[in-house]
Amino acid sequence: MTAIRIELTVNGRPRSVPVEAHHTLLEALRDDLGLTGTKECCLVGECGACTVIVDGVSVDSCLMLAAEADGAAITTVEGLAGTDGVDRVQRAFLATGAAQCGFCIPGQLMSARALLAITAHPTKAEVEEGLAGNLCRCAGYEQIIEAVLLAADEPDAGDGTSEPAEPAP
Amino acid sequence: MRAFAYERPADLAGAFALLAEHGPDARLLAGGTDLIIRLRDGSIRPRLVVDVKRIGELDDGIRDTSDGLIIGARTTMTAIAADERIRRDYTALADAAAVVGAVQIRNRATLAGNVCNASPAADTAPALLVYDARVVAAGPAGERRIPIDAFFVRSGVTTLAPGEVVTAIELPVPTGRRGAVHVRRTRRRGHDLAAVTLACSIDAAGVTRLAYGSVGPRPVLAWGDTSLLADRSASDHAKAELLERLFTDARPSPTSMRASPDYRLAMLRVLGLRAVRAAIDRLQAQGVRP
Repeated sequence: MTAIRIELTVNGRPRSVPVEAHHTLLEALRDDLGLTGTKECCLVGECGACTVIVDGVSVDSCLMLAAEADGAAITTVEGLAGTDGVDRVQRAFLATGAAQCGFCIPGQLMSARALLAITAHPTKAEVEEGLAGNLCRCAGYEQIIEAVLLAADEPDAGDGTSEPAEPAP
Repeated sequence: MRAFAYERPADLAGAFALLAEHGPDARLLAGGTDLIIRLRDGSIRPRLVVDVKRIGELDDGIRDTSDGLIIGARTTMTAIAADERIRRDYTALADAAAVVGAVQIRNRATLAGNVCNASPAADTAPALLVYDARVVAAGPAGERRIPIDAFFVRSGVTTLAPGEVVTAIELPVPTGRRGAVHVRRTRRRGHDLAAVTLACSIDAAGVTRLAYGSVGPRPVLAWGDTSLLADRSASDHAKAELLERLFTDARPSPTSMRASPDYRLAMLRVLGLRAVRAAIDRLQAQGVRP
């Protein structure tokens, strides 16, 4: 076992964490930093439940070693909401009833944020492609797509890493 | 995952030293989207993982040179699919890079990693074969360029020598306008490995190049006289007969769970004709009639 100390920024906060060389970013986030919003599921990069944003782009955190994240800026689902409210994508997911069992939703939210950061007003096809790496076993895809399109129509209050708070609905 | 040590050398000399010291106990890590799956399932058990992403000589850019376009070893599928020069001059590669995994995979997976992984189903491989790409490999003895057709051996095996590191993939300068396309057959729409993956390029003189994968132990560049394929007066029937001969090296595995050999061969014929038509359309869209 080889512990490596990594320095990274998680949800805007600098963190210094000793990690095992063979542990993934997903394990570091959940087990070392206690950020259990990011979900562990397929562990082969197919389901997207572990999606986080690393240096501005979405990645499957199960397919990235924690050591590779040294020096990176990470946003997890815990970093989306401000101090007293959810961000526009989360609000849209609530408004459309996109969350059923909820397990895939953190990953869906992160992919949606990453998509909207690149394509502010995506078409339905672009949303489908942007979220193709996130499976929903409740098959709530219609509402999820509707939510992303709805969120795109709302003004973006922040930079997509931690938006200023707005009151929850 | 089983424990291993992790190193991230700052230069090639550091990587060569680690590879020389650890030999087959060391594995190179680029994007990790294949390697980490295999580390986790235990199909590979290295003592050391060498992360190439901090090697100073490797870049994540795409550079124009007199030898063609040079794609750095750290360049991701996302960057390749979005690059204007690749979309214009190496369209089949842009097509292929855009369908590797989903967004999260493409943001990490590298072209260099895709060729080194040497999956028979690698979507970028047929396009690289069609374009006569070269793999730039550096080792303690110096640098060499390996034609992509001489690089693939079989699943997971390449002609990269022990101790060598792929530093870039080179795409030769196009000799003229061409229409090129990548097509694939998957079990479902969206994110899946291909049951057949195929690229076709046709130039203004009617020279047609066709390469296909996921139907044998390695991706194959079709060899032979292909001029009939670009001939607008030739019937689909005649083209299908020629394709049949060009596909004689297809040897689909009977044990693969993705598709049966019969289905793959049937789809190879369908995709072959479809790709020829699409390549001609793309050539004509540039005002060129083959």
